[in-house]
Amino acid sequence: MELKRVVVTGLGVITPIGNSVETYWNNLIKGVSGAGPITRFDATNFKTKFACEVKDFDPTDYLDRKEVRKMDLFAQYAMAAAEQAIQDSGLNLEELDPDEAGVIWGAGIGGIITFMDEVKAYVEGNGIPRFSPFFIPKMISDIAAGHISMKYGFRGPNYATVSACASSSHAIADAFNHIRMGKAKVFITGGSEAAINEAGVGGFNSMQAMSTFNEDPARASRPFDKERDGFVIGEGGGSLILEEYEHAVARGAKIYCEVAGAGMTADAYHLTAPHPEGLGAAKVMESAMKDGDIDLKDVDYINVHGTSTPRGDIAEVLAIIKVFGDHAYEMNISATKSMTGHLLGAAGAIESIASILAIRNGIVPPTINHSTPDPEVDSKLNLTFNEAQERKVRVALSNTFGFGGHNACVAFKAIE
Amino acid sequence: MSDIASRVKAIIVDKLGVDESEVTPEASFTNDLGADSLDTVELIMEFEKEFNIAIPDDQAENIGTVGDAVAYIEENAK
Repeated sequence: MELKRVVVTGLGVITPIGNSVETYWNNLIKGVSGAGPITRFDATNFKTKFACEVKDFDPTDYLDRKEVRKMDLFAQYAMAAAEQAIQDSGLNLEELDPDEAGVIWGAGIGGIITFMDEVKAYVEGNGIPRFSPFFIPKMISDIAAGHISMKYGFRGPNYATVSACASSSHAIADAFNHIRMGKAKVFITGGSEAAINEAGVGGFNSMQAMSTFNEDPARASRPFDKERDGFVIGEGGGSLILEEYEHAVARGAKIYCEVAGAGMTADAYHLTAPHPEGLGAAKVMESAMKDGDIDLKDVDYINVHGTSTPRGDIAEVLAIIKVFGDHAYEMNISATKSMTGHLLGAAGAIESIASILAIRNGIVPPTINHSTPDPEVDSKLNLTFNEAQERKVRVALSNTFGFGGHNACVAFKAIE
Repeated sequence: MSDIASRVKAIIVDKLGVDESEVTPEASFTNDLGADSLDTVELIMEFEKEFNIAIPDDQAENIGTVGDAVAYIEENAK
């Protein structure tokens, strides 16, 4: 079977550093941090008192008030990002065969805000169960894919991918593979997450996974810095329109780049810790490049998972050196989580978008907040510290790794 | 309008996102006000909470219009 080519024809984002693709990108290349004190709840008693919250998001810009009430925040972010991407793609929904259009959406957790609020109301109540009939359909992590399909009438493949912080990369990879195999022409894909509440922050705090650098939130997310002390939780969503190449060309679509390959592996090692030598991370990059028949010397940029945890960053760097050898020192590497924080299940989507825009604009966004070199991080690597760098990017890889040992890597390449 | 009727109306306007003028006594939740089965369940629960009553499922089935709800609550609210 001859595989179809797949291209990216639309983008949309809601992020802690901007609620449109343009603002997001401008802030990425300016090196703006999205972190600040938590406003969503009283974090006085929490070890971490800051986060990368989305600002100025009004769901009624995208949904009517009645719809908003029936959606958890993670699904509202999904609807907003998807609408932006559809608008950006210029797709004419009237002319699209709905059976050839699907939705695959990643969310690592789903409606944890809804879950906590409903359970709390029950526990604090008089014992009579008064759960909202919307409790379950607001909470379940597949529901964003369902809502998106209902809005646009897409009747093709429809489901959620759940692999913690790799969720939306798995979604993109699956959508890519479906189109490649001729199962559909168009997908709305990506992911969203909204876990900045007591349960989300408290839970990650207990895992010792999050930064507690409360004295300076904007400087807390500092991947590869010697002083790094954990990730900074973020929220939001990212959406990509993937489209079969001939379909996009036939309608004269704006094409951002090609999706070249995708890899998926597991560490099969530990619940939360990465394999110390980055075994699964190395394999997943190799797998994505093999899948896309990519010469490793053509990879100019890796948007790393780089969450700013002490162990994870080292394992990923070791994996890159292992896979790329001397070419590791020729490419640009950056961790945009230094600016956005860690959007968990939405990370792969917004970082894929950063990678795609790096290809399109010839600029690599930086890893901000670097001040103290870590002797364990090879100093010959170009980690794009603090300032964006102009660079022609032929192929970009976006890495994501999730608790549970799930790894996903998507390769994007400039359109030929 | 009775106090009960105005409170019922406020709940319906809030939950179904409809205009106040549409919430007439004859208006059916499903046929006129765009409620689906889950919305209807939610409305009944909101009435129970607001008026501190319990509406058994077999009674709830008979509450199809705004007027039905007001009448039921007037009869059963303490």
